[in-house]
Amino acid sequence: MTRFKFTFWKGVLAVILLAGAYATVLRFARGLGASTHLSNAFPWGLWIGFDVMCGVMLAAGGFTLTATVYIFHLEEFKPIVRPTVLTAFLGYVLVVVALLYDLGRGYRIWHPLVMWNPRSVMFEVAWCVTLYTTVLALEFAAVIFEQLRLEKLLRIQHAIAVPLVIAGVLLSTLHQSSLGSLYLIVPDKLHPFWYSPLLPVLFFVSAVCVGLAMTIFESCMSSRHFGKQLELPLLVRLGRALLVAVLVYSVLRFEDLFQRGAYRLFALRSYETDLLLLELIMGLVIPIVLLLIPKVRQSAGGLYLSSVLVLLGFVTNRLNVTITGMEGSAGVRYFPKWTEIAITASIVGVAFAIFALAVKYLPIFSAAELRPAQPEPEAAELLHARS
Amino acid sequence: MSKGILYDATLCIDCKLCERACAEHHGLPYDDPIAAEEVQSAHKLTVVMAQGDKYMRRLCMNCQDPTCASVCPVGALRKTVEGPVTYDSSRCIGCRYCMLACPFSVPKYEWNKPLPLVRKCDMCADRVAQGLPTACAAACPTGATKFGDRDALLAEAQDRIAKSPDQYVRHIYGRNEVGGTSVLLLSSVPFERFGYKTDLGSQSLPLLTYRVLSHIPNLVAVGSVLLGGIWWITGRRADVAAAEGRPGKGRATGGEK
Repeated sequence: MTRFKFTFWKGVLAVILLAGAYATVLRFARGLGASTHLSNAFPWGLWIGFDVMCGVMLAAGGFTLTATVYIFHLEEFKPIVRPTVLTAFLGYVLVVVALLYDLGRGYRIWHPLVMWNPRSVMFEVAWCVTLYTTVLALEFAAVIFEQLRLEKLLRIQHAIAVPLVIAGVLLSTLHQSSLGSLYLIVPDKLHPFWYSPLLPVLFFVSAVCVGLAMTIFESCMSSRHFGKQLELPLLVRLGRALLVAVLVYSVLRFEDLFQRGAYRLFALRSYETDLLLLELIMGLVIPIVLLLIPKVRQSAGGLYLSSVLVLLGFVTNRLNVTITGMEGSAGVRYFPKWTEIAITASIVGVAFAIFALAVKYLPIFSAAELRPAQPEPEAAELLHARS
Repeated sequence: MSKGILYDATLCIDCKLCERACAEHHGLPYDDPIAAEEVQSAHKLTVVMAQGDKYMRRLCMNCQDPTCASVCPVGALRKTVEGPVTYDSSRCIGCRYCMLACPFSVPKYEWNKPLPLVRKCDMCADRVAQGLPTACAAACPTGATKFGDRDALLAEAQDRIAKSPDQYVRHIYGRNEVGGTSVLLLSSVPFERFGYKTDLGSQSLPLLTYRVLSHIPNLVAVGSVLLGGIWWITGRRADVAAAEGRPGKGRATGGEK
């Protein structure tokens, strides 16, 4: 059964990668004009909107969870730190890969590191992403050192772990918010539903929401596909944190829409209104309602559903900021060309494949976890009694 | 000191000599089909647009505080003291943030090249540096495009409007837009008719991001102390709990044991 499934997904991946390979040749041989639907009127599309904006956001679990465990000393969450750090690291590496497709001259990707312009948000993002990817690599290095029994390197890694985590949290705070700041410069171009002086704050808080949702989502997926014990009591606590984070975001978001008077545009039923409603209802309203119900909040299925909705909602938000909200002023409609989608799908596919391989060959899920865990219901009851 | 261009649409005769001179100066092809194109592109840095007998030019406004120069992560775009906003193609990584950010949507891209660059009017920075007028101004037979000191041109524009108020809309486009631009436009019909936004405001846009970026040093300093403090306090709490024999988890300083 499992074997058949594995082969099936391998097949899907092969088809996607084949399409991606064709698209790659087209992209580098004939340029962005031939391989994308981008134009002078609409210079940023799917690769920036999804691969970069959503990629960085979806990798936010890394800093959220390392902060929880190492800064706040909530050590019970330790078992899920490694898979989360791995996902974050993979996420950032793939963001860089996507950038190599999107940049006209990818071979100059290092230029911002030596040709400075400190007034540029993009310059700051470039530095933060470079440094943070390094931090993630060092954090993840422990796994490799452990596997290869490099005791000395492992000790050095342990010694710098806390400063590393602090640096990681700061760098993440900076660039997660700065991805929003990128759009502060276009007050006349971005639709008022999404343009707000609060963009950096909203982007940061939503990164925390997504970091928590992604951790829940990953744990559920891992238990389903890698036969890993589900850490239900931990997920229940993450679910509560997610509820609080999404509530905080919602207060900020709705207050912002109200204060700027953007809510008045609701009256005009438009393309933008529909997509805003999709974002708000799917990513905020339904998950909040679901997570407010104790039964849902304490079941694996309920947590899984809520976190998937939060993820989809915030992905919609990023696409709305980068695409929907910019179409009106550009005077064009943008829908990615199939080659753009093929490359994005290939990148996501490669991420899944590498994750699966890493789980198979590296000590991602620590040895303790692979022992039969204590019976779930008991733990859940205990938790229930406490809360 | 700072130079500028004054384009007075009422004097323009749509001869397109400015387009031709611009193409020649920048080494771009120019022929009848290209002359017929009414949009700016990587191979057409300036255009004369026509609506009946009304004309309007489009070129880089060469802002006083250019948005493109502020957003460029590698400093490829720069405002020179003489006025032109220049582009150093050897720095450009092709991220297109300048295209997204420009309030006038001026920078264009070489979409069909495997290794593309951004193209835009640079107000003939090389000519201006030598004390020459821009190629378009030098080629203009009617004086519709005039090169000179921005302050003097601004005074002249005001003068022209004051002398024949019924001939012009009462607006010098570029005087205050996004903090002012080196290129100034006069027209007898509303600028919106040719796609110029008149609601851009007089605040320069780079301030919007600079205001946020300037908080970074503080955030880093306060953030590291705060996070370090939380780490210390929560760690100590666990240590105390352990010492008192309460079920605590002990301190962990790093990796897994």
